[in-house]
Amino acid sequence: MNNRVDMDNQTDMNQLTEVTKTASFMNNNKSDRQIKRKRADRRFHWYGFTAIAMALAFLVFFFVDIIGQALPAFDQTEVHVTVNYTKAATKNYNKAVDKSVRRIVSRAWLRSIPQYLEAHPEMIGTSHDEWVPADSRVDQFIKEHDGHGLKSKYQRTVKEMQQENRVRSVFNTTLFTRGDSKLPEYAGIWAAAVGSVFTLLITMLVAVPIGVMTAIYLEEFAADNRFTRLIEVNINNLAAIPSILYGLLGLAIFISFFGVPRSSALAGGLTLALMTLPVIIITTRASLRAVPESIREAAYGLGASNLQTTWHHVLPLAMPGILTGSIIGLAQAMGETAPLIIVGMMAYIPDAPTSILDATTVLPAQVYTWSTESLRGYSERTAAGILVLLTVLLSLNALAVKLRNRAQQTW
Amino acid sequence: MKSDLKTDNSTKISIRDLKLWYGDFEALHGIDLDILSGKITAFIGPSGCGKSTFLRTMNRMNDRIPSCRVEGQILLEGQDIYAPEVDVVQLRTHVGMVFQKPNPFPKSIYENIAYAPRIHGLVSDGPDMDALVETSLRKASIWNEVKDKLQQPGTALSGGQQQRLCIARTIAVKPDVILMDEPCSALDPIATAKIEELMDELKEEFTIVIVTHNMQQAARVSDHTAYFYLGDLIEYGDTQTIFTAPKHQKTEDYITGRFG
Repeated sequence: MNNRVDMDNQTDMNQLTEVTKTASFMNNNKSDRQIKRKRADRRFHWYGFTAIAMALAFLVFFFVDIIGQALPAFDQTEVHVTVNYTKAATKNYNKAVDKSVRRIVSRAWLRSIPQYLEAHPEMIGTSHDEWVPADSRVDQFIKEHDGHGLKSKYQRTVKEMQQENRVRSVFNTTLFTRGDSKLPEYAGIWAAAVGSVFTLLITMLVAVPIGVMTAIYLEEFAADNRFTRLIEVNINNLAAIPSILYGLLGLAIFISFFGVPRSSALAGGLTLALMTLPVIIITTRASLRAVPESIREAAYGLGASNLQTTWHHVLPLAMPGILTGSIIGLAQAMGETAPLIIVGMMAYIPDAPTSILDATTVLPAQVYTWSTESLRGYSERTAAGILVLLTVLLSLNALAVKLRNRAQQTW
Repeated sequence: MKSDLKTDNSTKISIRDLKLWYGDFEALHGIDLDILSGKITAFIGPSGCGKSTFLRTMNRMNDRIPSCRVEGQILLEGQDIYAPEVDVVQLRTHVGMVFQKPNPFPKSIYENIAYAPRIHGLVSDGPDMDALVETSLRKASIWNEVKDKLQQPGTALSGGQQQRLCIARTIAVKPDVILMDEPCSALDPIATAKIEELMDELKEEFTIVIVTHNMQQAARVSDHTAYFYLGDLIEYGDTQTIFTAPKHQKTEDYITGRFG
């Protein structure tokens, strides 16, 4: 019985569709309007695809270029020479090596010999065959970079040494263990990295608690009136202000008024905290708002106070979002240079800071400083610095994404 | 609580000339109504008639809406719950609430129940809490389904189980009154039947007020029914009378399905 009804229905349907089929949805029988619509769809698809392909091409070009430039910086040429730790060398470091290789070895290394002998007096009067860092010009010449600037008589010496196997290339640890230097072969990112860590720690300690508290207060406690709306609009505006203005603000408040030392991690960290605050407040409010109202109602309905509801139920659910926002805010602060120029952090800092009041610089500022140097050795270090900075930033963002994915739970 | 008030036909909550505004809009125009102890009172009426709003005035959940203003009196066992000296947080331990959408906390089943007794200092963690959790879950007829998975998240249960968990959570603080705001509207008929059965058991111990869109449900579970229309209480009386011999034409039109 049922089958029969189904059969009947089916034949009805078939008759109905037969008419409409040929009329509208067979490909061989299309109206102009349908063809146009299909073309528009396809066109839009291609616009989108082209845009993404272009963006990807730029990204690939950028990475290939940066990595290509940066890679040589991770190698450092060393030369094998006889070092004479004579009495004379404690006064005149030039005496430590033979005249023929005096311009081949690193001057920075040469200058460190008297200091070294002072620390190791037992070495005085001895002579050793050692691998020592080569001068940056030699390094660039060995790497066959244009503009290495090595005079032709030294080129001959280096070639001879190469034939005697007295030239080798090793991993450039100096890049990671030393601060800035006026000689490229001794310039590294260590001081700037420590400065970045100090500065970011201060930014984090100041901006995260204040930002999160502000957001919680505005979202969960404050009455919704004209005053809080004014504050909200202003916070949104602050997030869009050119960052250099925060530098001026930091200079006026922290350095001029409170007397925080110029160029210090404290001044820079506080300035960056000002800049990061709106970002943290906005993302925290958004993640608090994403907690369903039903959770708050459940807690209030059980007689939980405002503070208990927020602390026990809302905040734990919003936490991954808050962490994500904070990390993105801090990553932004880490890559920031403009406000730090104003508070004097674009500086020549050869030694890593030991306190938050020492003069210091940060990674992006170090990269910028190197990029303005004319010696060929600095340009590859600039690229290496960018690469390190990018690696750190990408890891921070990956962490943020991971936290956000963990937050995607159902309520 | 004084147990002598729980005798039959004694008034649990009496509402006197209750008016409520959302900003300039008057949502309730002077409601007078007595909710009797140990009974199930149902509020019915078309959407927007103010029945949910009215329900929420009884544990002051409307306080959370900034533009909301209330006039008149709600006396819970003779005490005006809108008096300035009332602690709203304490009030809600006397008047619990179950919501339309099951909203367990995204924590374990055990934690869902233990949370409120803990913050109110009713029992301390340990065997006493374990006992309270078990009793509450038993009273909400969900113990047998969850006793082996108390540490699993409450959100992993089915919709009907979640709603019974929410009821268990509410009765764990031993309220006098339980307000239910369309507790079955998100549930299937089988889960609904279980909740209705449960309500029948719970009225031995608690006074229940339920808002429902489902007239059959009101007829099935409630002792008294109040019909609301556009912010007015049109008719209030025995459920049987309301559904068989309503005094007002509007009530009859609504319950016979002529509109609404």
